[in-house]
Amino acid sequence: MKPFRFDRAGDISGAVATLAREPAGEFLAGGTNLVDLMKLGVMEPDVLVDVRRLTSGEIEDLPDGGLRIGAAVTNSELAADRRVRSRYPVLSQALLAGASGQLRNLATTGGNLLQRTRCVYFYDTTTPCNKREPGTGCSALEGCNKDHAILGASPHCVATQPSDMAVAMTALDAVVVVRGPGGERRIPAAELHRLPGDEPQRDTTLEHAELIIAVELPPLAFSSNSRYRKVRERASYAFALVSVAAALQVRDGAVHDVRIALGGVAHKPWRARKAEDALRGRPAAEESFRAAAEAELAAAVPLRENSYKVPLAGNIITRTLLDLTGAP
Amino acid sequence: MTTLAERRAIGEPLSRRDGPQKVTGTAPFAYEYRFDNPLYLFPVQSEVARGRVTRIDPSAAGALPGVVAVLSHENAPRLADTSDQELAVLQARDVSFRGQYVAAVLAETLETARYAASLVRVSYDEMPHDVELRADRGDLYAPEHVNPVNPTDTEEGDFDRAFSSATVKLDETYTTPMEHHNPMEPHTTIALWGAGDLTLYESTQGPYAVRETLARVLGIDPDRVRIIAPYVGGGFGSKTLHANTILAALAAVAVEGSPVKFALTRQQMFSGVGYRTPTVQRIRLSAGQDGHLTATSHDVVEQTAKIKEFAENAAVPTRTMYATQNRRTTHRLAALDVPVPTWMRAPGEAPGMFALESAMDEMAIKCGLDPVEFRIRNEPELDAETGLPYSSRNLVACLLEGARRFGWAGRDPRPRARQEGRWLVGTGVASSTFPVVRFPGSVARISYAGGGRYVVEMAAVDIGTGTWTALSQIAADALAVDVADIDLRIGDTTQPEATIEGGSSGITSWGTAIFEAARVFRDRHGDRPAEGARAEAAAAGNPEAGNYAMHAFGACFAQARVDADTGEVRIPQMAGVFAAGKIINPKTARSQIIGGMTWGLSMALHEESLVDARFGHVMNHDFAGYHVPANADIGQFDIAWIDEEDHHVNPMGSKGIGEIGIVGSSAAIANAVFHATGIRVRDLPITPAKLLR
Amino acid sequence: MEISLKADGKEHRIAVDPRTTLLDALREHLGIYGAKKGCDHGQCGACTILLDGKRVNSCLALAVAHDGAEIITAEGLAADGELHAMQRSFIEHDAFQCGYCTPGQIVSAVGMLAEAEAGWPSHVTRDVSAEETRLTDDEIRERMSGNLCRCGAYANIVSAVREAAEGGAFR
Repeated sequence: MKPFRFDRAGDISGAVATLAREPAGEFLAGGTNLVDLMKLGVMEPDVLVDVRRLTSGEIEDLPDGGLRIGAAVTNSELAADRRVRSRYPVLSQALLAGASGQLRNLATTGGNLLQRTRCVYFYDTTTPCNKREPGTGCSALEGCNKDHAILGASPHCVATQPSDMAVAMTALDAVVVVRGPGGERRIPAAELHRLPGDEPQRDTTLEHAELIIAVELPPLAFSSNSRYRKVRERASYAFALVSVAAALQVRDGAVHDVRIALGGVAHKPWRARKAEDALRGRPAAEESFRAAAEAELAAAVPLRENSYKVPLAGNIITRTLLDLTGAP
Repeated sequence: MTTLAERRAIGEPLSRRDGPQKVTGTAPFAYEYRFDNPLYLFPVQSEVARGRVTRIDPSAAGALPGVVAVLSHENAPRLADTSDQELAVLQARDVSFRGQYVAAVLAETLETARYAASLVRVSYDEMPHDVELRADRGDLYAPEHVNPVNPTDTEEGDFDRAFSSATVKLDETYTTPMEHHNPMEPHTTIALWGAGDLTLYESTQGPYAVRETLARVLGIDPDRVRIIAPYVGGGFGSKTLHANTILAALAAVAVEGSPVKFALTRQQMFSGVGYRTPTVQRIRLSAGQDGHLTATSHDVVEQTAKIKEFAENAAVPTRTMYATQNRRTTHRLAALDVPVPTWMRAPGEAPGMFALESAMDEMAIKCGLDPVEFRIRNEPELDAETGLPYSSRNLVACLLEGARRFGWAGRDPRPRARQEGRWLVGTGVASSTFPVVRFPGSVARISYAGGGRYVVEMAAVDIGTGTWTALSQIAADALAVDVADIDLRIGDTTQPEATIEGGSSGITSWGTAIFEAARVFRDRHGDRPAEGARAEAAAAGNPEAGNYAMHAFGACFAQARVDADTGEVRIPQMAGVFAAGKIINPKTARSQIIGGMTWGLSMALHEESLVDARFGHVMNHDFAGYHVPANADIGQFDIAWIDEEDHHVNPMGSKGIGEIGIVGSSAAIANAVFHATGIRVRDLPITPAKLLR
Repeated sequence: MEISLKADGKEHRIAVDPRTTLLDALREHLGIYGAKKGCDHGQCGACTILLDGKRVNSCLALAVAHDGAEIITAEGLAADGELHAMQRSFIEHDAFQCGYCTPGQIVSAVGMLAEAEAGWPSHVTRDVSAEETRLTDDEIRERMSGNLCRCGAYANIVSAVREAAEGGAFR
């Protein structure tokens, strides 16, 4: 690990100002991904600004019935919160599926959103990677790519965003509140993460020194009928092959409203808007669910080792929606 | 042969004597000794798979405060013996595999050593490398023998004629991937060189083996080398002598007087401390209408390193398992630009029996027979390979008892016939076997300490196998005292010589030595010895070895549940019945078996080292990418022992049980998955992707 | 940088490199080996400690970011020479073999029971919105899945944790 200066900022403004002056600096919260990457030399900040105790560690009720989650709330606290469990169960489930108990006790809301891809080439500084070193090439394109993207990828990068929490937040139309040198901004969760395009080194739309201070969940009438389904190669403690966050509202046997987001398929949590549009007004039954999934996945571009993700995604979208209808 | 008249400790399910230290974290593993001002070693690994180092620039590394030395082939101490190319560390420019040690940093802190290593600039003259194992390579060759000293090829009868004229036949290829041992404790050494003496705190399966080889390679007197290993955090075959230990010793010599601490990172565990070769196995079976096998062939293709040969004996168990008149087995190797493979829990048996027992299942189905019945029908009288009778063979009893316990009777053999909600449910069975291995040469020393206490010393090791407890029990019965009166001391070369923990040979080999030493002690000192009375004896080879074929056998059963939408596999129940002679400690033996069967599950469903041929190394080189089971993957085990008396194997009547659990269990799972889904997966691991329809 | 840590009941003041993790502070600076290094990347749990009462991977926590923290390792669970009930249960059920993952397993189990007591759900909890969560064997398995065991002692770990959870008597 490259040596760095450790900065204990006194407040958010101070933290932001410090980082604004340090182009090679990073914010540190729980550290569960950042320290991991620093040990391998994948990230080499020369300053770490400790923000773990600066942002809010509280989950507050909002007047409109939503929730405001402080960026410093740990993943365990968020998953265990009774309001989240009853009003937004998909979020609790996503967090619980997301990592081990030990990691969840240290990882924060803000940090979880910013965790980086687990692509084996990104993680190995001896192999070419456009995300880590722009212009060196994408080793995964023709390499070990069973875990990589089927949607929204580019010839420069086929990595996936590994956060389960982010998938649920995308489905719930969460809003990420950030504060930076230019003031405060509100970013829809679906616009926080980017598609790789020709700048895979940029995971998010955040500017340098912008600090996530909270995430707001808007109220959603049917969010209590929601679920997270994660498929992986072992029963626990592994990243998703494919995952789905879904919420469903059925009236008179038809889909009145629906939210679907996919994980493990793209450089960002994939809001399945085509599927949602295809479903509204259709019968809440297997045939419609499968057709909607197919509509969404029609654009999928499999790589040599990940074509299984297409039928897998189709199956779990269909199954999860069926489960949400209450069908046995 | 001496046998026990009265057993009081052997057979008791005693809790581990090293339990209190292990549960408090105070049992010292190799890294866990405090020294003043140690130096930390961090290696620099090659970034090419084949070539030569042309230039090493240590300047940026050396400029960091706290860096004491940057070692390379240019300045490392010279080894006396470089005939073993795997151990010829930092001696020459040649690079033989990606990840080979080409330099190393010694520094005052762990963080400095690691960062400095990343600053060492190495230039290479890179050559094209060859790392791909394929069965159709034109350069496959037959080794002189396969591990450990088995014939490479065997032939009985006329396989081709019998197979071609058979009514029911099978010709399938099964593959197993590259696998890495990944004990929880990485390979670790603390090395101290001073005044001509070398001391290593080493995580090893064989202190004496390390001492002997290290002394030879360094060119020093073995009496000046001490290896200390009272607690070892798992080995599974990988903790024999590799380049990491040589590197630590060289570093210690270079900085004489300073202790050198070197623990591999998890990532480094994937390049240079051994692994199981991938295998490509073609199995052909033919049978008559009555379900009797008429011909069997097992042809194995594997890889080895160009610098040192290791030939996994995957077809060897096929030579003993079932009765047939016509049998052929072969092994062929591809020598590649890869690290050296090594023993990995049940070398040969684990991958070989996955293939054979999957094929037997497929054949049973072709013959229209129940898989348990099919195996019973093909039970041999004698060991076909040697022509000898078995000292004891109770495979049939294992199959029958296992079937009874598992509820096998009335099983609907039709695949994909049982569904519970979204879960497709199936069951599978497979046979297990492991040879009785006994290494002669271990010496036990017994001395009377007064007050009823006996000190028993030998440089055996406990790598999780329960040695601390089992040998105490054997010594107690051999001396006819209580276990509490035995002060066992193991894991240090200041104790008498002991053979390595490997081949499930530990208890057999060491227990025999203790038995001999106890007999000599009683003959010499009686049962009222004076304080300080002592005796020493070596375990001879087994005089009965030429009279009997000696193997343990077992049967594994598994229930598989497969999610119809996703292909996720769960194994909620496994059963194993084993005939392994006298069980010294049923509590720790059961743990060995459930551990072995967990390895079998891991092999069947999870493990795979993925090599990117363009670069030549394993890409999923950590626990996030290389999956072993988590707690949630493992269900319940029903384990039972067949009461088996075998007076030919050793004085205790025991057979090794450390490896038999992994043998067959992977096939039992693959067979259960087939029964559940109708999908036969012949290429491990069985991942969801392979079961999606 | 100088920091204070309370480790297994004792106060310490040490000077650490900002890069030093809590795991290395314990092992290299304080000679406490009740947390072990299995992977150094939060992927195995062998380094699990209780940090201000919560189980965490000490390998990913920078010591300078946890100045003043109170840490318990497996060494500190045993009070006054008496083994903790979880430790006794592990011995009784043979819930370990080589012993390297064991301190982490035990500390994780203790932390886990506190989480279950607080009503936290897990990935296998059927209905996260339900009032109560029962600690079934499947719940124990899932909640302990952050602690890898290569020796494969899982089945016995579950038995040991179950008994300790039930506060059962030891034979």
